[in-house]
Amino acid sequence: MADARPPSSDPAEAGRSLLTRRRLLVTGAAGAAAAYGATASGAAGRGLSSSLLRALTAGTVTFGSNASDPVPKKAYANVFKAFTKKTGIKVAVNTVDHNTFQEQINSYLQGRPQDVFTWFAGYRMQFFAQKGLLTPIDDVWATLKPQFSPAFQNASKGLDGHFYFVPIYNYPWAVFYRRSVFQEKGYTVPKTWDQFIALCKKMKADGLTPIAFTDKDGWPAMGTFDILNMRINGYQFHIDLMGGRKSWDSPQVKAVFDQWRELLPYYSDGALGLTWQEGAQQLLNKQAGMYLLGSFVGQQFQGADLADLDFFNYPSINPKWGQDSIDAPIDGFLMSRKAKNVKEAKALLRFLGSAQAENIYLKSDPNDVAANKRADTSGYNALQKKAAKLIGSVKHIAQYLDRDTRPDFASTVMIPALQQFLNHPDDVNGLVKNIQRQKKAIFGA
Amino acid sequence: MAIDVAARAGAGGVRRPRRRAVRLSAGDRVAIAVMVVVPLLVVGGLIWFPTVASILLSFTNWDGIGGVTTAHWIGAENYRQIATIYPPFWPAVKHNLIWLGFLTFVATPFGLFLAYQLDKRIRGTRLYQSIFFLPVVLSFAIIGFIVQLVYSPTQGLVNNIIGDPARGGHVIDWLGDPSLNLWAVLVLVGWRHAGYIMVLYLAGLKALDPSLREAAAIDGAGEWHAFRTVVFPALRPINIVIVVVTVIEALRAFDIVYIVNRGRNGLELLSVLVTDNIIGEASRIGYGSAIAVILIVISIVPIVVFVWNSFQERQT
Repeated sequence: MADARPPSSDPAEAGRSLLTRRRLLVTGAAGAAAAYGATASGAAGRGLSSSLLRALTAGTVTFGSNASDPVPKKAYANVFKAFTKKTGIKVAVNTVDHNTFQEQINSYLQGRPQDVFTWFAGYRMQFFAQKGLLTPIDDVWATLKPQFSPAFQNASKGLDGHFYFVPIYNYPWAVFYRRSVFQEKGYTVPKTWDQFIALCKKMKADGLTPIAFTDKDGWPAMGTFDILNMRINGYQFHIDLMGGRKSWDSPQVKAVFDQWRELLPYYSDGALGLTWQEGAQQLLNKQAGMYLLGSFVGQQFQGADLADLDFFNYPSINPKWGQDSIDAPIDGFLMSRKAKNVKEAKALLRFLGSAQAENIYLKSDPNDVAANKRADTSGYNALQKKAAKLIGSVKHIAQYLDRDTRPDFASTVMIPALQQFLNHPDDVNGLVKNIQRQKKAIFGA
Repeated sequence: MAIDVAARAGAGGVRRPRRRAVRLSAGDRVAIAVMVVVPLLVVGGLIWFPTVASILLSFTNWDGIGGVTTAHWIGAENYRQIATIYPPFWPAVKHNLIWLGFLTFVATPFGLFLAYQLDKRIRGTRLYQSIFFLPVVLSFAIIGFIVQLVYSPTQGLVNNIIGDPARGGHVIDWLGDPSLNLWAVLVLVGWRHAGYIMVLYLAGLKALDPSLREAAAIDGAGEWHAFRTVVFPALRPINIVIVVVTVIEALRAFDIVYIVNRGRNGLELLSVLVTDNIIGEASRIGYGSAIAVILIVISIVPIVVFVWNSFQERQT
């Protein structure tokens, strides 16, 4: 049964795998061959005596990787090469298919996990920390602290206040648009909800679909819920709600759905039957004016179209919060509880968090934004620069609904609930009551 | 079985006057032991153990972390929650029943119809057979992708053939509208199922003694009358196989809706709910097991009817 699974529901993965597939076609076998050659020659070309000495004294660290696509896989290989060169510690990498890695994380962590492995920030990480499957790495963070903004530091902590996670990159969710369309029609970037709705009306009058919206796969609607909740009720309420500490049938949550209902007339026709790629095509073909999505939407754009792509931070609703929070999911690393090579694993984590490692990684995979604030940003393209600026400017960074809450709650409750809302937007009371009952059952377990 | 064993012992080169079946050589005993024990272990280990384990787990809240000992016995709580506060459950039951009804009353009869017509040696019958059988070769996963190509609201075949003006400037949301998408999918499911049934029935028809039909024709029976009173009853064994195949297809339906939209928003099925809850991070093993047990109970009904039926037949 499971072999027929489509790509994961996680936007990060969905985006990544598509992107890399395209890149694979572009770079072709040449890239793969180059990567192989580089690894081989790198090992042979170093100063023999010193590396031999280090190899004898230093150990090996094992690394479980979900980077099964060629671009990130090669990027990691380059990072590890630099690590081995610096410390003499060898890295034994075990790469598993991205979705398989995710689905088997439970049994993986309870079986014989590698010392260090790839994972995501947010409740999705804190959950495993709470279950006692991870090693706290406060000592690693003693060196990393000055290199990360407070938002990244907070995202790397478990619920017990200890550090568990080392971030490497993230990408923001924002409202994407085509600069040429805005110029041609004389639209301006909306700062407030009223301006936003006024712009939607104007676009509709101009024959555009104001907002591309697609939710066949279930997860894209979560982005709208997240941003509306953070704009209306603030970041802390959002995180408490996701963590099961706030009630879903509260007036605050109802207010989110009421606000959302105002947007529905401006959405794409047949939104529940469309994939995010089809939504991106609407934006690309100038059929739609705006699109709230992660920056991976850029994968559907090339050349002049990509240069024309721009985004703005979601307009403010409650002046108390302004535009102070966004979704910007972070990818990074964890250390398993059962790690055998503790010293080496911590050395690796320290290196992975460094600006040097990020520079090497992003050079080989230039579609995200570095987490480390000392990382070199001179090679960024315009969108990357703007994304980095946005992430640096906001006060709070959320991880996206399916990473900020229990995975079972996100997939078995929230996806059907949001789709139900989109089908029957008028029964908010019944909807939130039902979510609350299921939340109690899942979080109470 | 006893007769088989005796025959084997006699033919097996054992130099001994054939007496009674119970007196077996050591080798035969070993052979019998192996033949009984191995299937017993396979059936027990792969069918009965997981079934019983699922039933037991369905009364717990196990989340798959930290061994079964961390599971708490919560009685029928999972079942209560599934029936009362789990929104996809009743739609899933309904969709499974619609699926069964559609296959039984539309797709299967259509398959019979095709088989009956193609059995008449009309010109090009081989070609038609191949065309109708073609979808059976495709897996449901592939058909899931075809569904999306055909029905996508903006880029799909159907909406583009209908054309924008005919739709009043709106798209018909074949995949996203929960009152439409099940039927859109069922059309392609029926497309495959009819071909499958056609092949099974055609094989039965080919084996049918032609004199039966001649006799019916001589007695002045019309086509429909002959089919109803002579051909159809004569094909009883095939009919039972077809009923079983149809029921199984309806209950195990999974791949196609999972590919289309992961079995949500109008395409919920019990099999999908089991998978959603059990596979993945932070799995709800207990909860998913409870849904699986419900599916077992539903599956047992047609199995019992089938077994009952075949025993009845043997006795008569």
